[in-house]
Amino acid sequence: MSLAKITQVKALALAVPGDDIDTDRIIPARFLRCVTFDGLGEHAFRDERTGPDGKERPHPMNSAQAGRIAIAKQGVMVVGFNFGCGSSREHAPQSLWRFGFTAFVGGSFAEIFFGNSTTLGVPCLTLSKEDLAECDAFVRANPDVEVTVDVEKLTVSAGAKTWKAGIAASARDGLVNGKWDPIADLLEGSEPVAKTAAGLAYVAGK
Amino acid sequence: MAKTLFQKVWEAHTVRKLPNGQTQLFIGTHLIHEVTSPQAFGMLRDLGLKVKFPQRTFATVDHIVPTNELKEPYSDPIAQEMIEALRKNTKDYGIRFFDTTTGTQGIVHMVGPEQGITQPGTTIACGDSHTATHGAFGAIAFGIGTTQVRDVLATQTLALSPLKVRRIEVNGKLAPGVYAKDVILHIIRVLGVNGGIGFAYEYAGTTFDGFSLEERMTVCNMSIEGGARCGYVNPDQKTFDYIKGKPFAPKAADWDAAVARWASFASDAGCQYDDVKVFKAEDIRPTVTWGITPGQAVFIDEKMPALETLNAADRQTAEDAYAHMKLAPNTPIKGTKVDVCFLGSCTNGRISDLREVAKYLKGRKVSPNVKAIVVPGSQLTAIQAVHEGLDKIYIEAGFEWRGAGCSMCLAMNPDKLVGDQLCASSSNRNFKGRQGSQTGRTVLMSPLMVAAAAITGQVADAREVFKV
Repeated sequence: MSLAKITQVKALALAVPGDDIDTDRIIPARFLRCVTFDGLGEHAFRDERTGPDGKERPHPMNSAQAGRIAIAKQGVMVVGFNFGCGSSREHAPQSLWRFGFTAFVGGSFAEIFFGNSTTLGVPCLTLSKEDLAECDAFVRANPDVEVTVDVEKLTVSAGAKTWKAGIAASARDGLVNGKWDPIADLLEGSEPVAKTAAGLAYVAGK
Repeated sequence: MAKTLFQKVWEAHTVRKLPNGQTQLFIGTHLIHEVTSPQAFGMLRDLGLKVKFPQRTFATVDHIVPTNELKEPYSDPIAQEMIEALRKNTKDYGIRFFDTTTGTQGIVHMVGPEQGITQPGTTIACGDSHTATHGAFGAIAFGIGTTQVRDVLATQTLALSPLKVRRIEVNGKLAPGVYAKDVILHIIRVLGVNGGIGFAYEYAGTTFDGFSLEERMTVCNMSIEGGARCGYVNPDQKTFDYIKGKPFAPKAADWDAAVARWASFASDAGCQYDDVKVFKAEDIRPTVTWGITPGQAVFIDEKMPALETLNAADRQTAEDAYAHMKLAPNTPIKGTKVDVCFLGSCTNGRISDLREVAKYLKGRKVSPNVKAIVVPGSQLTAIQAVHEGLDKIYIEAGFEWRGAGCSMCLAMNPDKLVGDQLCASSSNRNFKGRQGSQTGRTVLMSPLMVAAAAITGQVADAREVFKV
């Protein structure tokens, strides 16, 4: 299985502010009533975007900028801290990715969300609190300027600005080497897997 | 060298180091349900792969099952499609399915322990973030995404990086009317909803030593609400006694060896932790949430925080929370009007929860302004409760007695809040919209506090209502 090497994402960006944005907000549970991930993109942040009366609410995902990202199928979402906390539902990064977001930049990410995104080939880079505030302000003030998320150099840059970014070394390694989906590596290890299994009494049925 | 349980279990299950530096970790027990598995089976078929260890995956159905409708087809055709997909997938691949017709169906995190599938010193993964529940038995158990469900089905392994270990010690005796739920809500309030990122939580101390396995499950269950993907309690005699005789427990000839092996996984005296936090049981009072994250909580007799006492980031989330909850800063939460009461979930839907509440509920009536439902977490729990006559106590008090499932914890079935109803809930998440209405409001609390809210029609102190 050959995967793209994801060294850099260069795209328009959208700031979605707030800390502790949970996966129920990203994709409400009623949209988990499905047997495929198809069509989840249009429901991303549904209840933040639409009021109980069915009318649009003021939300970054309703902006013209979000529309441009949806058409381009490429975009950077700039978020706060602990983004993607709560439920393990892969439906959350799937919906944002299907909407058009191909990279996230934030203060920190909930672990399961981070893992689910990486496995989709969507990098989640972190910035320091100060740099994140600056990046967020820049993105709002300059919607037409593309943001470059450099997974190889571990930087986020836009215009004349460059911020130092972080990501778990294993995730970076997987993305830049085109091995972000671990299945090929895991399948390769079938001999040592059998050995480990044989050493575990409860697996052997005791 | 002295090691933690986490380190020992990790080492015993390490297959090899992967090229990217992660560990290929063997997952001894894989639990699946209808919501996060169908896409994984789809990926398996697309890749032409088989299930490697079908006997080590166990399935049940919990999120979408209606609790007031036993006959199929269900009125929700999508729910019917999802349960049928799971039936087909488990049949095609030879996976044991605890289906609704077996009398053993229930919330996946209740089925594992009830069947004796959940055992100390094992690794357990499930496409559900509350998988840490199984850590109560001294297992390393964590939630995974759907692509990882595929990985476990195809290889029985995952690519993971080890976690740091934080020991959370709680010592002393809880005051009457204070429960395991209050302990974990308090821990999350103090350490924060993101305090556990990168950590496994080891819960210890004399309070945990005294806890039953069910109380330990309540605490481990909500590790993820504190940001920790995994939480556990070291196994002891109570753990072994709980497992003994369960359908998947080791048989008599293997029992002593199993117990010796299990005991050997407990953290060694003198092992190194990456962090230690210590709490006193007597400092903990009945705790309720007031906001939209599980960390936004106060003791029942405290006021909700004034905005000016919060730092800038917390203040922004708090303002959002107060607006959603329609509550005012610096006022008591006690006395807030309640519309719905939900007793159930993988946090507090076990037999001990139902027994504890029933003890106080006898002879009391649910307020006429409240809709109260009790949803046993599993069919075995429901059967046991009926056997003990608990259902009658609830029904006489004015609760609706329902079938087993996740129900109103996340409202994927027909049990939902309507409009901006406020729900006193024994579940684990108070996120915006969590209970099925975009404007619905959730206040998390212990089961007895839910009962106190049901009787008084408001957020109340169970210690006063029931003279605990």
